[in-house]
Amino acid sequence: MSEVIWGLATSHVPSIGAAMDRGMTTDPVWAPLFEGYRPAREWLAHHPPDAAILVYNDHANGVDLDVVPTFAIGTAERYRVADEGFGRRPVPDVLGAPDLSYHLVQSLVDEGFDLTIFQELDVDHGFTVPLSVWTPDPGDSWPCPVIPIMVNVIRYPQPTAARCFALGQALGRALARYDGVRTVGILGTGGMSHQLAGARAGFINTGFDRMFLDAIEKDPGKLAALSRDEYIRLAGSEGIELIMWLVMRGALNERVRVVHTAYHVPASNTAAGLALFDNRVAQPA
Amino acid sequence: MTSPSAPEFPGTYVFDGPTSRRGHRMNRLFMSLRTEVARQDFLADEAGYCDRFGLSAAQARAVLDRDWQAMLELGGSIFYIYKLAMMDGLSMQYLGGVFTGMSEAEFKAAMLAGGRTDV
Repeated sequence: MSEVIWGLATSHVPSIGAAMDRGMTTDPVWAPLFEGYRPAREWLAHHPPDAAILVYNDHANGVDLDVVPTFAIGTAERYRVADEGFGRRPVPDVLGAPDLSYHLVQSLVDEGFDLTIFQELDVDHGFTVPLSVWTPDPGDSWPCPVIPIMVNVIRYPQPTAARCFALGQALGRALARYDGVRTVGILGTGGMSHQLAGARAGFINTGFDRMFLDAIEKDPGKLAALSRDEYIRLAGSEGIELIMWLVMRGALNERVRVVHTAYHVPASNTAAGLALFDNRVAQPA
Repeated sequence: MTSPSAPEFPGTYVFDGPTSRRGHRMNRLFMSLRTEVARQDFLADEAGYCDRFGLSAAQARAVLDRDWQAMLELGGSIFYIYKLAMMDGLSMQYLGGVFTGMSEAEFKAAMLAGGRTDV
């Protein structure tokens, strides 16, 4: 059986990737953000899993509005880095793990999560920026195969936070039944508070973000109980991306150990957060 | 019976079903601009390009005038509208300034000061 060894939550703002691609990470505007990542990156470099699952949303690059899957999973051998309009990010394509994908599809559908299946998918910054937060210098390839799970957070009604958490729990059970890899890392991406359009553009809610960073470790059920409308009101119309952190958290044990957290305002128009959890800790009896 | 749509939040666009339906052709146009060939086509004849995608007159006017606020009102999704802005060399901070009545520099300064916490 596979063991989930860590969970990483991180914002996926495109400019974080652009700052890395253009060598701007030590510029005064960017240095505090990347300094905040450093302890997590060092720990992750010493704990490479056999496979990873990355929960993200697409931003008009891999899919459009003709078909909007609420939840989807990739089953490809390889995911190309998307050209979002001005060339691909200079990072490796992503190798998949089809056998693990097939297992997850079967297990999740059997549990009542009827995911859409992508046999082909180009992955955009929502996917590659978290990979870069994890592994800033991948060389020719990322540390392990990565399977995308896509969540609709753009078109209302997004799935509920409770459903995202439950999907994560089912994902954790599915992984525990899989023999093909020993260790797995799970990434939940997006957030934190931000809003891109309307008179409230630029909205940041640090109080909510701090509460969320604390509760994602200790009391994710509280976050799962928040309504869709509460997410939009408290975290902004794009801050609702935070529901994807709950998929990651649901796949972890009840008790986890915080390796590192970081919070910085702003990354472009967004509050950027990071939380890294070690999942290999003794559980309550 | 009315179709369900999102509740209203002040100063906030929620991209719900009716909005997606209203903006569908315009968002498709924006999506097409990911390729260099399409961008050249568009720039060579913007009005004709809008016609080809079946935009309404108001949507075409908003696109030709780069009326970013109107694009939101007419069903544009910010992630799709941003494709047009990128083609024009404009940033999300520039758009944030347009939506909030600030210059790009003022909007950036507001973000660097911790974001807009009072809205």
